[in-house]
Amino acid sequence: MQAGKLSKYLKDGAIWGFIVFELIFFSVAGEFFSVSDKAFMDGDNMLLLLKQSAPIGIIAMGMTIVMVNGNIDLSVGAIYAICAVVLLDSMTWAIFEGLGNWVIPVAWCLALLTGVVLGAINGLIVWKTGVDAFIVTLGSMLGFRGLVFMYNGEQPTSHLNWTLVDFAEAQILGLHTATWFLLIVTAAIWFLMNRTVHGRNAYAIGNNREAAVNAGIRVGPHMMINFMIIGFLAALSAVVFYSESGSVNPNDGQLYELWVITAVVLGGTKLTGGAGSIISTFGGVIAIQLLRKGLSHIGADTSTVNLVIGLILIAVLFLDRQLNVKGKEELKV
Amino acid sequence: MAEFTKQDIGKLLAKQGILIAFAVFIVGFTIANPKFLTIDNFENVVRSSAILGVMALGVTFVVISGNLDLSVGSMMSFSTIVVLDLHDKLGPTLAIPAMFAMTLCLGAFIGILVGYLKLNSLIVTLGMLSAIHGLTLTYSGGKNIDIADKEGTWFAIFGQGNVMGIQTPILIFIALAALLGIILAKTPFGRKVYAVGGNGTAATFSGIRRARVVFLCYIMSAFCVATAGLIQASRSMGSQNTVGQGLELEVLAAVILGGASLLGGSGTIFKTVIGVLILGFIQNGLLLVGLDFSVQYVVTWVIIILAVWLDIAAKRGKLMSPIA
Repeated sequence: MQAGKLSKYLKDGAIWGFIVFELIFFSVAGEFFSVSDKAFMDGDNMLLLLKQSAPIGIIAMGMTIVMVNGNIDLSVGAIYAICAVVLLDSMTWAIFEGLGNWVIPVAWCLALLTGVVLGAINGLIVWKTGVDAFIVTLGSMLGFRGLVFMYNGEQPTSHLNWTLVDFAEAQILGLHTATWFLLIVTAAIWFLMNRTVHGRNAYAIGNNREAAVNAGIRVGPHMMINFMIIGFLAALSAVVFYSESGSVNPNDGQLYELWVITAVVLGGTKLTGGAGSIISTFGGVIAIQLLRKGLSHIGADTSTVNLVIGLILIAVLFLDRQLNVKGKEELKV
Repeated sequence: MAEFTKQDIGKLLAKQGILIAFAVFIVGFTIANPKFLTIDNFENVVRSSAILGVMALGVTFVVISGNLDLSVGSMMSFSTIVVLDLHDKLGPTLAIPAMFAMTLCLGAFIGILVGYLKLNSLIVTLGMLSAIHGLTLTYSGGKNIDIADKEGTWFAIFGQGNVMGIQTPILIFIALAALLGIILAKTPFGRKVYAVGGNGTAATFSGIRRARVVFLCYIMSAFCVATAGLIQASRSMGSQNTVGQGLELEVLAAVILGGASLLGGSGTIFKTVIGVLILGFIQNGLLLVGLDFSVQYVVTWVIIILAVWLDIAAKRGKLMSPIA
């Protein structure tokens, strides 16, 4: 019993221990290798870190629900790109010309609606056809990306609205706008997963779908709602990011699904479903961003970041399995 | 009686649906553009699908054994860059075996993690996708690699040469498909792959060493990736670091189109080849009828989902899923 408790604490705390380790490591290593003379744990630097975690972090919250459900969504990067195009392009449409700055909320709503609709398409296919979510979203990842290219060819879509840029660059109570969005989304999804029936059902379905069906949970609509939530969050992530940058390439958001899944898995969510926590996912997001920032702080280039993140992902999986090993029950092979 | 016929149609669709779809496509595109069904165009399509096809052959083994391989794209970039770089340093005769050895090492590493340590293949290969990409960038220093003397080397033979009028990429693809097809269908090892993917526990109890079979599947996959990298390098004689980026998903799409189940235990090399050709012909056909390349993505999406849906629907005997 004691050992079980210990390993549970180890697992729950692992991601935070890892973050502390990263902070110490990069602070010390930064003293020797840093290219800038600023300390790594500089206040501004940490605020920037939170801001830069927002695009991946917001999507990762949705991915946690979908993965707790036992599904996966590979199309988030493509949804992100479509919603960004819709956001920037709709602000230039002729019908919205007379709206002045009121075009901003309209464009936001349109982009978010696009995300929800695309998520609903995924969810509906998973529900009605019974095809595995991996295949469905693998297909729609290609299909949605095709829609992006059909929309505007290979040209970037650009539109800068300075009111919007000012809003996105603002700091409210010391935190950037994007950081606030990340925190609000985290809090909202935490509430959804821990304090509502929908969240309970998500864990139940991921744990044992048959049992959930027998308990009277409508699994199909439930999964569809989750896909709509992740579509909405992918759109929100695009809205937050592109309000500031104002220009989207048709290839933007590629490999986002990999970053998001990496963050979620680092946070301890199981691919098989039924386990995972929003707070740990938040830790996973921060850990990845710290790693990217820290490595560039000590002068490593992107190639090292890719290498290290890949190896850490595998190491986490290995450690997780060692902690979860069932001992004698395990089939000796 | 009517019920019986309906079931028969269902079974036919399930078993040969992909071939029927293939036939429909070829007829449709031929009507739309007579150039579609010419020998030249056919050769063109097969040649341009050869790299994807060779990789799909290896991934078929991995998928049948019940695992996934998402790292083939960045592994292909790796082998392309390595063989181009070593070509100028060691000469082609040494560069090719050296590149194969290095790629096989990567495959063995994944094989150990997934086979012997029994880690989840999706996450392991996802991690390796990132790690190998980093390795490639570190190796090349982020620069494009080109062969210095493009005229004075026989290295181009794998990608641009031809033997008795048939281009070498096509020959390599056909030869490898035949070889791996025989291994999968006719040898004890092939049967073990099906057994492990179909029911790992049962396979273990009947004395099959599951870990070793999975390990060998990843070795095969790495071998195919190395071959694809060789063709790619030899075709272009120079390459970016990201040449294989995104190919892992196209490869998986081709394998799934061929009817291999992601749960493992089903699929054949022949069907994978058909899946590869379907992707190739759709791409080519859509271009020939004058549609933008982006349409191809959307069409691929619809086809993948329809193919898998029909397959599942025929197995369960109902079109709609029983999920409440």
